[in-house]
Amino acid sequence: MKISLNWLQHYVSIPIPPAELADRLTMAGLEVEAVTARYAYLDHVLVGKIIGIRPHPEAANLRICDVDTGDRTHCVVCGAPNADLNVKAPLALPGTVLPNGTTVKSSNIRGVVSEGMLCSKAELGIGRDHSGIYILDADQAEGVPLSEVLHLSDTIIDIGLTPNRPDCLSVIGIAREVAALLDQPLTPPAVHYPPTNGCITDMTSVTIRNPDLCPRYAAALVTGVAVAPSPFWIQDYLLAIGLKPINNIVDITNYVMMELGQPLHAFDCDCLDEHRIVVRTPAGENEKTFTTLDGKERRLSEETLLICDGKKPVAIAGVMGGENSEITSATTRVLIESACFHPISIRKTAKNLGLNTDASHRFERGVDPEGTLTALERAVQLMVEIAGGAPADGIIDEYPNPAPRLPINLDINQTNRHLGTRFAIDDVVHWLESISFSVTRIDADTIAVIPPSFRMDVSRPEDLMEEVARMWGYDRIETTLPKISADTGRLNRNFETKQQIKDRMTGFGFSEIITYSFIAKTACDRLDIPAGDISRRMLDVLNPLSEDQGVMRTSLIPGLLDMMKTNMSRNVKNLKIFELGKIFISNGQERQPEEIEMLAALWTGSRSASSWTVKPASCDFYDLKGVVEALFGSFKLENIRFSAMPDAACAYTRPGRTAQIHFDEKCIGRIGELTASVIENHDLKQSAFVFELNVDALIPLLPESIIFSPVPRFPAAERDITLIVDKYTPAGDILNDIFTRRETLVENVLLLDVYSGDPIPAGKKSVSLRITYRSPAETLSDQQVLTAHGRISEGLIHKFDALLPA
Amino acid sequence: MTRLNQTIEAIKSEALAALDQAGDPEAVKALSVKYLGRKGLVTLFLRNITALPPEERPAAGKAANIIKQELEASFQAAEKRLSTPGDQQESGIDVTLPGRPAPVGTLHPLTRINRRICDIFNRMGFNIAEGPEVENDYHNFEALNIPKNHPARDMQDTFYVSDNIVLRTHTSPIQVRIMEKHAPPIRVVAPGKVYRCDSDLTHTPMFHQVEGLLVDTNVSFGDLKGILTAFVQEVFDVKTSLRFRPSFFPFTEPSAEVDILCVMCRGKGCKVCSHTGWLEVMGCGMVHPAVFENVGYDTSKYNGFAFGMGVERIAMLHYGINDIRLFFEGDVRFLGQF
Repeated sequence: MKISLNWLQHYVSIPIPPAELADRLTMAGLEVEAVTARYAYLDHVLVGKIIGIRPHPEAANLRICDVDTGDRTHCVVCGAPNADLNVKAPLALPGTVLPNGTTVKSSNIRGVVSEGMLCSKAELGIGRDHSGIYILDADQAEGVPLSEVLHLSDTIIDIGLTPNRPDCLSVIGIAREVAALLDQPLTPPAVHYPPTNGCITDMTSVTIRNPDLCPRYAAALVTGVAVAPSPFWIQDYLLAIGLKPINNIVDITNYVMMELGQPLHAFDCDCLDEHRIVVRTPAGENEKTFTTLDGKERRLSEETLLICDGKKPVAIAGVMGGENSEITSATTRVLIESACFHPISIRKTAKNLGLNTDASHRFERGVDPEGTLTALERAVQLMVEIAGGAPADGIIDEYPNPAPRLPINLDINQTNRHLGTRFAIDDVVHWLESISFSVTRIDADTIAVIPPSFRMDVSRPEDLMEEVARMWGYDRIETTLPKISADTGRLNRNFETKQQIKDRMTGFGFSEIITYSFIAKTACDRLDIPAGDISRRMLDVLNPLSEDQGVMRTSLIPGLLDMMKTNMSRNVKNLKIFELGKIFISNGQERQPEEIEMLAALWTGSRSASSWTVKPASCDFYDLKGVVEALFGSFKLENIRFSAMPDAACAYTRPGRTAQIHFDEKCIGRIGELTASVIENHDLKQSAFVFELNVDALIPLLPESIIFSPVPRFPAAERDITLIVDKYTPAGDILNDIFTRRETLVENVLLLDVYSGDPIPAGKKSVSLRITYRSPAETLSDQQVLTAHGRISEGLIHKFDALLPA
Repeated sequence: MTRLNQTIEAIKSEALAALDQAGDPEAVKALSVKYLGRKGLVTLFLRNITALPPEERPAAGKAANIIKQELEASFQAAEKRLSTPGDQQESGIDVTLPGRPAPVGTLHPLTRINRRICDIFNRMGFNIAEGPEVENDYHNFEALNIPKNHPARDMQDTFYVSDNIVLRTHTSPIQVRIMEKHAPPIRVVAPGKVYRCDSDLTHTPMFHQVEGLLVDTNVSFGDLKGILTAFVQEVFDVKTSLRFRPSFFPFTEPSAEVDILCVMCRGKGCKVCSHTGWLEVMGCGMVHPAVFENVGYDTSKYNGFAFGMGVERIAMLHYGINDIRLFFEGDVRFLGQF
C-alpha cells in the first residue's frame, strides 16, 4: 500500500528523515518495499521564457515557441492559447515522465521538431487547470527546476502489508504505528458538522436480513449536493497513492476509505426504490445477474450478499456498487453507506466474481466494526464542506449484536520465557498502551489486555508477546542457543540412500538434472504408452500455468527426453544424465496419489568422451546395463536378475532390446533402447538408452549392514567350458542355472565369450564360461575340481540341450 | 717391474682420457674393442705377462687384472650413461598427451546446496524427514492455522488438483505430519519440492524448500535467533550480518523474516536487493499454539520454533546465479559448472 508522507503528517509529526522512518516501519513489521520522491520528475521541468513565437506553417492551431532556459533556447511546438511572447512557463525536457504516465519526447510535430513540452498545471499533476500552459511569475529565473520553484516535496512509501494487519490499510492506521514507534502524539481528523434539514429516520431506513453476514450497517443522508470535480487537494492525495479522481462525492468516499480504512459507498438516493436499504441475499430467479458501476454484468450466486433498495439490488455488498444507483452529475441526494461485512462472505463473492476492489480487499481482511460511525461522519462533513450538501439530522446505525472484546491474560514470566527476554511488567504495559491496547493489572505477574477494536488479529497471549517483541525490537532480543538433549541428528536411511545413489551415478559419469514434476498430458502418447497402462493414471492440475504442465508426471522419461532435446538443440550430442524424483500415480482427483521415488537415466551419443585413445563408438545397451549392475554391486545387492521384457509390454523401448530388472519375483525396473517412434515423436535425431528403477522398492532390498567374511586362505582353481546351444537361449539362464545348482565349491562364474558363425552351426551359438572353484577349508585336488566341473557340465548339457565344441 | 707398471698405467690413463672424449655408445664400444677386445691393448699386455720372469708375473698379472676390471666398469658405466637417453626415447611415451578420460558426472547445484543445509542442521542434532508432495488441504493449510477463505491463502498461489487436494505450497505440512506421529521433543529438518503458480526471473512453478522444526520444553525466540544465526553464518559466511524482522505467518507467533546483508552490494543498495541493502532468506517464528492444538500437543508444557527457506534462493546467492530457470533447463553446460 502506498502512503504519502505529506498526508501522513496531518496526523502525526515525523521528526526523522523518510529513509529512517522506512527502516523503523520495516523493523516493526510493516515492510517498506520502496521509498520514492513523488516530485522527482519536476527536476526535469525547467522555468522557460518564450522569447520568440510564430505560427506553425502546417497547423493553424499550433505555434512554434523559442523557449529560453538560461543556457540555451529550445524550439517547442505548443497548442496552448495563452502561450505568449515573454511569458514564463514550465518546460518539460525530453525524458520527463509526467504523472499521467506519458514520457515527454523530442518529436516531430508536422515537420517541426519539438524539443520538449510546455505544460499545464494538470499535465504536471500540480493542479486542475488544463485550459492552457501554467504561467509562472515573471520574476522566476529561467532554467531553475520547477521542484525548486514550487517547493514541492512529498515522499511515497510503499508498504507490503501482511494479511494480519488490515488496521494499517489506511493513513490513520500507519499514523498510529508511527506515533507509537516515534513516541509522538496522534491527531486524528476532527469530525463535526452542523445537523440540519430534517430527521433522517423520516427519509430512509435500513433493514439487515442477514446479520451474520452484515454485523453493522450505518447510513447518512446528505441533500442538495452539487456533483463536480473535487478540489485539487483531494485529487492530489488520491493521485499520490495511485487512485483516479472521479467526482467530489465518489472522491470523498475514496478519500475517507484511504484516510480511515473504512470502505464507504455513495448511492444516489433518488435512484433507490422506496428510498431505503435492505441488506439481503438474492431473492429468486430474477436476481441472477447484476450490473456493477463499471458497466459489467455480473452473475450472482445464492450466497452473494447484496445491498438492495425496497425492490431491487443496488450494490454487491463490500465489493462494488451498481450502475443503477451510482452518483451522476444529476445527483442531489446522497445516501452514504458505512458498513461492516463478514470477511469470508466478501472474500467468496470477490473470488466468484473475479473482482478485487479496494473495498473487498479491506473487508476480506477485516474492517474495524467500531470505526463505522467515525468514517460515516467524516464523509458527511466533507460532503457538506466540499459539495455544498446539507446533512439530514442524525444517522441510521443498525448494529444488532455488538461483539464484546474479551480480555486476554498475559503472564510476564511466560512472556519472558517464550521470548528469551527479561522484560519488567511496567515496560510491557507501556508498550501495549502505546499501541492503544487497554491494560489492567491482575497481580504482580499478570495483566489483562483488551486489544483495540481495529486489532482483530490479536486474540491470544502469543499475539501480545509478538506486539511486545515488536515494540522492543526483534534485533534487541538476546541471541541464545536452546538447551536441548545432546543426541545427535540421526540419518534418515531413505534420504541417505538417495544421496548415495546420486553420488554413485555421478561417479559413473552421469550428471544430475531436476525437471518439473508436471508434464504435458500428451507425454504418454508421445511415449506410445498403451491405454490402461499404469502410466496413464495421471493426476490433473486444475490450474496449470501452461498445457505443458497440465498433469503430474507418471514417469521420469519425458523429463529426460525434454532435457535431451534441449541439449541436442544446443549442439551437445553426447549426454549422460539422470534424475531421482517422485512420480505420481493417481488414485482419483479427490485423493492423494501414490508417490513413488524413481531413478531414471539416459545415455545417448558416444560411449566415452572424445579422446585420442579411443575410437569413437556409440554407447549401447551393455554400457548402460553395466552402470545398473555396478550400481547394485556398489550397494552389495546380489540376486538381481535381468530378463527379456515381453514385446507387448515394451511401449517406448525396443522389443528385443528391453530388459526387466527383477529382485526375486518383483520387477523393480527396466532398461532398454528407445524406439524409433519415440525418438521421432520427440523430434530427436539419435537413439538413446534409458533405465528406470523404483527407488522406494529398491531401498528395503539393500543390505543394511555389511558382515565381514574371511578372505580366502586357499587357492582357487579355474576351469573353462564352452557350450554350443540354441541361438535364442539367454546366457543369463545358463549363468543362473549354475548358481541355482548350489555347488558349494563354485565361487564365481565369468562369461568369457559368446560367438555365432562359422564353424558353429546355423541357429546355434557358443557360450564360453570360466568357473572358479574354491574351498574355504583346503586346497582343492584336481579330482575334486574335476568332479564338480563334470557335474556342472553334464547338468548344463542336459538342461540346455547343449553340445561341446568338436 | 716399474716399467711394466708404468706401461699398464699409461694404457689406463690413455683409455680413460679417450673415454672422456667418447660422445656416444658406439665410440665407447670401439674403445672397448681397442683396449679390452681380443686384440686389445690390455689383453695383449696380459698375454705378454707370460714373457716375464716367473717371480714378476703374479704382481704384474694382479695389477693388470685390476686395471682391466676398472676399465670394464668404466666402459660399462660410460656406455650406460651415453646410451640411456636414446633407449628411454625408444621405449618412452609422450607424457603430455591427455589421459584416457574417466567418467565425470556432476550433482545438481540444488542438491549440493540442499545437502549443505541439511548437513549443518544434522550436525546441530536435527533429524531429516520427508513428506508427500501432493497434499490434502488439511495438512497444507488447515492444520497450519490457514482456514479456508482466509486472506492468508493469497500469500501462496496454489496449484489445485481438486477442492481438497493441492500441490503442497510449502514444506510446512511435513511439520504437522511429524508432530502427528511423534511426541516431543522434536528436532527435524524437512527438505523437498514445493509448488506455486508463479513464473518469472525469480520464481518457478516448482522450487525447493527446507523446513525446520524444534519442539521442547522452554524454547525461546532468542534460541530461534541463535540457531538461525549459527546456520546463516555457516551456510554463507561467518561474517554475514543478519537481522530478524517482524512478519506474519499463520502458523507462527511471533513470526519473523530473516534478512542477510546483501551479498552483492554489502548493504549499499543494488538491483538484487531492490535497493534495500537486505536480502530475505528465511521465514521463521515460534510455533503457533493453534498448530500445537491441532496435533494434540500440550501447549502449557511445550513450545518450539519453525523455520523455512528457499533452496534456490540460497543457491543463487551462493553461486551468483541470476536466473532461477537455469536450474530446471537441464543444460549440461550449466550443470557441468558444479
